[in-house]
Amino acid sequence: MLRYTLLRVLGAIPTLLLVIVLAFLMVHAAPGGPFDDERVLPADVEANIARAYHLDEPLPKQFVRYLSGLLQGDLGPSYRYRDYTVSELIGNSFPLSMQLGALAMALAIVLGVSAGTVAALKQDTYLDRLVMACSMTGISVPVFVFAPVLVLLFAVKLQWLPAGWSSATGGARLVLPVITLALPQVAYIARLTRASMIDVLGRDFIRTARAQGLGTMTVVRLHALKPAMLPVLSYIGPAVAAILTGSVIVEEIFGIPGLGQFFVRGALNRDYTLVLGIVVFYATLIVFLNLAVDILYGVIDPRVRYR
Amino acid sequence: MLRTMKSIRYLLLLAVFGLVAVYSCSGEPVDAGAVLQRGLPADPETLDQHKARSTQAADVLRDLGEGLVGYSPTGELVPAAAESWEVSEDGRTYTFHLRPEARWSNGDRVTSEHFVFAFRRLVTPATAAFYANMLADVVNAAGAVAGDVPAEKLGVEAVDDVTLVVRLERPTPYLLSLLTHPSTFPLHPASVAEHGDSFARPGTLISNGAFTLEAWVPGSALALRRNEKYWNDAATALDGVNYHVVVQDAAELNRYRAGELHITSTVPPDNFEELKVQFGDELRVAPYLGIYYYGFNLLKPPFKDNPELRQALSMAVDREQLATKVLGRGEVPAFSWVPPGVSSYKPTVMSFATLGREARENLARRLYKEAGYSDENPLRIEVRYNTSDTNKKIAAAVQSMWRNVLGVEATLVNEEFQVLLANMRDAEVTQVFRSSWMGDYNDAHTFLSVLQAGSAANMPRYANEEYESLMQRAASQVDDQRRRLYLEEAERVMLADHPVLPLYFFVSKHLVRPEVGGWGDNVLDYHYSQHLSLSATQ
Repeated sequence: MLRYTLLRVLGAIPTLLLVIVLAFLMVHAAPGGPFDDERVLPADVEANIARAYHLDEPLPKQFVRYLSGLLQGDLGPSYRYRDYTVSELIGNSFPLSMQLGALAMALAIVLGVSAGTVAALKQDTYLDRLVMACSMTGISVPVFVFAPVLVLLFAVKLQWLPAGWSSATGGARLVLPVITLALPQVAYIARLTRASMIDVLGRDFIRTARAQGLGTMTVVRLHALKPAMLPVLSYIGPAVAAILTGSVIVEEIFGIPGLGQFFVRGALNRDYTLVLGIVVFYATLIVFLNLAVDILYGVIDPRVRYR
Repeated sequence: MLRTMKSIRYLLLLAVFGLVAVYSCSGEPVDAGAVLQRGLPADPETLDQHKARSTQAADVLRDLGEGLVGYSPTGELVPAAAESWEVSEDGRTYTFHLRPEARWSNGDRVTSEHFVFAFRRLVTPATAAFYANMLADVVNAAGAVAGDVPAEKLGVEAVDDVTLVVRLERPTPYLLSLLTHPSTFPLHPASVAEHGDSFARPGTLISNGAFTLEAWVPGSALALRRNEKYWNDAATALDGVNYHVVVQDAAELNRYRAGELHITSTVPPDNFEELKVQFGDELRVAPYLGIYYYGFNLLKPPFKDNPELRQALSMAVDREQLATKVLGRGEVPAFSWVPPGVSSYKPTVMSFATLGREARENLARRLYKEAGYSDENPLRIEVRYNTSDTNKKIAAAVQSMWRNVLGVEATLVNEEFQVLLANMRDAEVTQVFRSSWMGDYNDAHTFLSVLQAGSAANMPRYANEEYESLMQRAASQVDDQRRRLYLEEAERVMLADHPVLPLYFFVSKHLVRPEVGGWGDNVLDYHYSQHLSLSATQ
């Protein structure tokens, strides 16, 4: 297994290298540079700045410089946030995005599964239709519409919750962003749960359980929930992806200093090092998570052999 | 089995989410006392005054540091770190007398050596300062920036702890306003030496202004606290200032409405009339030293050597309509290049400014014909602008004015900002392009120098010997009145060539809560937090 892991890690290197090369070429191919502005710099000043940030060097040399820094774990200084290194910015913002994502995911699962189960049990009643109508709305209304409406209602009119990110508001600042992020997922999960729960409730083993005199809640809790969750579990992957991409908009609207915001701003500002750093970070994360999962398969399922 | 495996993969991802979420608890500061909450449109790039460039960085730096000279709330120059100064007869030597009681936030004295250190660092090529040319008129500054002369040769001298002498290559009447710019603030040499490039971060930044930097979460907020060592701390009303980074103006408005901000950095362009009604006196609109203009590419046909055509296009634009109907936020129609409100200067207006609309359009049509265009052979041009709602509205309005008055067939091309900048620099594909210029200091020079032949910001590539010579003559004048006449004449000469199509002058727009005291409108849109206060009434 050690040999397998080692081979996989070695195999990941060319993948990462390719990602880095492509990303490097792409950010540099975009017109303009990190220090271009309406307020054009005098030639001497511009030359000094290009020299200080090594932008006057030929591209291959810049790439080698970047790569050698990377090998030492140095993602370089940010061009836009000149007092911070890219590693610092990622280190500060990634946990926030994760926190947001995890809470939104948890909320989506709890609410979605409950709503879906209730709808399934009360199939074809008004309650069922209400739940399904709400979830249809949740799927249809985009985040950038939903977020300002929530802010207007809860922050501006009722003043229960903060409209933006501030250290003074503590945990309350998480509420609206998490709800905004979770809502479309609640809707999807509710629909999935309902469909699969209806399917499961019609199976023989449920009838058997009922025949033994078990109450509805007990049947659902002990027998139906587990098999009904399988489609929901498979949906978690796409949901995580949706939450990661959705967080860019949510972070921008609520002013949350998360990774998504830095990524978008970095691209617009031509902050080469920051954009590259985030790409490399995500690529590495995905490669190693996949590796970890593959290794875990073997632990769970002895039929998997490492070669 | 496969399904289970897939689920495991996602559960693992979820577990990672959860783990990180649990450990990420923030240790940000808690507010206490009278703390002003201000909006900021983006993060400062840095609080190293020499590597900073943006207006938002300058706003924060003006709260943290203090130069020799400062501004009052209404925009008059006032003594700051220097309590007085003298100017030599030839206007080329300034002697500043520093306040002996001036202190850094760590208690050290602010001495003239600290200014010399900062000025030299500003012009040193390795610093790569964006505003390295701020002191271009100081002896040897240009040579130092170019790397030809060591920075030690710069014409600044610390005679003793409280006396600083600045020697100039030529009389520079606007020197004092340059010395209000953060790039000319002093630096604490010991902390720069100790921390190197990271001296300007929370915990290491030693500042000499009314506030100190307590915390900075990039992408979110900066927290400033009262600098108790500041020489004029008794006059500071606030205990702290929090700058909240809010990129979207609509989001900023919501935060203001929710009571989270006392002052916004701007106001969304839409529904301005409604906002006026809703907020009344809280909405502050004031003239601002900035111009929004269209430039012509003078290196390529059809605009090369064709001032008549440029004039025709300029005359066909109804600026009043643009300012009141398309924008409607108090913007001023522009018939000059230098905005009104610049100190000791009266902008020259273009010849046709006084004509009525009909006469203007008739003359425009005549010039258009004379340039060889007609309904059968219309001028076909591209107008480039960077993507934004306001730019789009203006471009569409100008396009239709040109079509209605002259029959010009203009195509609108919107480009990402960096793409437009690159195109403007190359001057290959551009014909008409949108741009703007904001004054760095309150003097006509900051606008007129843009269109000088050697200026990197001269995007139309304007070149006129008479203009150059008038600018040169103005530069050598000690007498303010005569200098002013040369500058005004230079503007007249330039406007007659129509290298640019001035559209409107910007206004600054803020929402300011009634409990904020000490706010003053001024053309530079500088609002030092040290002048502001908070009253208890909500």
